[in-house]
Amino acid sequence: MTTVSEGTPTAPAVGVPARHEGRPDPARAPRPRTGLLAALGLVPFAAYVLLFLALPTALAVGTGFLDRDGGFTWHNLSALGDPVILRTFGASLWLSALTALIGAVLGAAVCYALLGLRSGHPARTLVEAASSVLAQFGGVTLAFAFIATIGLQGMVTVWLRDSFGLDIFASGAWIYDVPGLIAPYVYFQVPLMVITFLPALAGLQRQWYEAALTLGDTRAGFWRHVGLPVLAPSFLASLLLLFANAFSSFATAAALASQGAQIVPLQIRAALVSETVLGRQNLAGALALGMVVVMAVVMWLYSLVQRRAARWQP
Amino acid sequence: MSAADVAQPAPVPQPATGAAPEPHAAPPAERGRTERRHGQVRGLGPGPVTRWAVAIVVGGLFALPILSMLEFTLRDGDGHSLARWAALLDPDNAARYAPLWQGLRNSLVLAAVTVAIVLLLLAPTMILVTLRFPALRRPLELVALLPISLPAIVLVVGLAPVYLFIGRTFGTGVWPLALAYGVTAMPYAYRAIQASIDATGVRTLAEAARTLGAGWPTVLLRVLAPNLRGGLLAASLISVAVVLGEFTIASLLARQNLQTALLVVNRQDAYAAVILSLLSLLLVLVLLLLIGRVGARGGRGARTEGP
Repeated sequence: MTTVSEGTPTAPAVGVPARHEGRPDPARAPRPRTGLLAALGLVPFAAYVLLFLALPTALAVGTGFLDRDGGFTWHNLSALGDPVILRTFGASLWLSALTALIGAVLGAAVCYALLGLRSGHPARTLVEAASSVLAQFGGVTLAFAFIATIGLQGMVTVWLRDSFGLDIFASGAWIYDVPGLIAPYVYFQVPLMVITFLPALAGLQRQWYEAALTLGDTRAGFWRHVGLPVLAPSFLASLLLLFANAFSSFATAAALASQGAQIVPLQIRAALVSETVLGRQNLAGALALGMVVVMAVVMWLYSLVQRRAARWQP
Repeated sequence: MSAADVAQPAPVPQPATGAAPEPHAAPPAERGRTERRHGQVRGLGPGPVTRWAVAIVVGGLFALPILSMLEFTLRDGDGHSLARWAALLDPDNAARYAPLWQGLRNSLVLAAVTVAIVLLLLAPTMILVTLRFPALRRPLELVALLPISLPAIVLVVGLAPVYLFIGRTFGTGVWPLALAYGVTAMPYAYRAIQASIDATGVRTLAEAARTLGAGWPTVLLRVLAPNLRGGLLAASLISVAVVLGEFTIASLLARQNLQTALLVVNRQDAYAAVILSLLSLLLVLVLLLLIGRVGARGGRGARTEGP
């Protein structure tokens, strides 16, 4: 509304058609009204975000502090110290860390193999397309794929059994437990690594390499003195993103492990589903709060590292 | 993802393989020889042996589960046949697969409503902020990207009471679920649209149109929308891909969509579920290839317009 005086570049633009159409209003009058109208235009989106993003987040985090009658309590949070809950958080953390690490190393290897190919090269296009599909390939479908591969009657399981007499399930059906999640998780981690790390690696300037060689460095020396230090922040940032990705993943685990609650998201499912029976909805809130805290720390670290990584981006 | 591609204009100035005639200062002679082992001067990239080794090992590992799914659907007793695929279309089995078709229909409805939210709510707000409230751009970006760091399972805990209320007020139809999906798809849609806005002179276009006497509806629909169509299309396609793959929220709020239906049918007929999984994977592949084409075309258009 204060833009009447300072909006000089746009003022004639608005004024001209008004005069040509012979509108009775002088050019100055509609400005405050349109300013108010424009602000009103933000209301639907603001209301939507409040109702479906802010409110659910507040409810998810806040219910952890409420008792059954809606009063404030620390009691639910004490559940986070329960040995069972601690164990599921531990399982979630190591599963995420392990699959992030494997995914980051494999994904970086794929990016390295693509290094030096120009951006329209068929191999690079193929890998980029495949990565964007496979990074979306989470959940139920992925669980089916791994049941068909290394499930009790999976192709690889049957082949190993019939050809080598090797029973990969000799020590129990681990595919339906936490170790069974490692391979499927890596399967969606590697493509995400390729998507996030490839731009950083492609940003490595050929001129730097040539400069290093000119100054008498070797190929290995270039990587040790220039390449790896420049890429380290990007790699770390991608690693954190992969960790967050695995930590917040639910669908694959839910489809594979239909019973039990070995990781935190499955524990939340159990708490949500049993609320009608046991009235323990607020445990889900406490668990959600725990997840949010972990995610916030990871994303905070990510933004720190990313700021360093951005220094070398073209 | 596509946004990142668009935002990065032709990063490599010259192809690594075409560098032979380049007059860079001569490296020591012996290194020159080792560098030339593969016929031409090697850039930063690995040799062909390393490239192919990584391609075969990683490519093989990643093809294996998909090939296993295919093999699984072709199993017929001890041999292989197309019987399972034919059974899917057999009218006699229609009742058994009914949840699947219902789930697919629900998912398509949800995708349509989510795209509507992106195009009619998110996109106009972003344009409005660009034109009239540039100071709000950073806060809007923060809000739009926030759902990426908010696990769906956490969102569900808070959405459960909200949907309890919605269920009581508007009935338990499936479409309200799209309101939650609009939030989960928002980061991807935002990036696609923002890349398009950044590549187009939205302010100039709007002012020019206003100068020529266009009203705001005309500016939005006939001037800005056609110029942003690349980003809008990419945002719509990625939203469809997100909705078709969504499981967490639907499952825990007890609504049926494609993914929850797959899990239900899997209990009676694993073959049908795996066939449909393969087909949905193919659909997502087609969608994302389309996004790639749209992104490439949008990027080229912006570049020719630029100077």
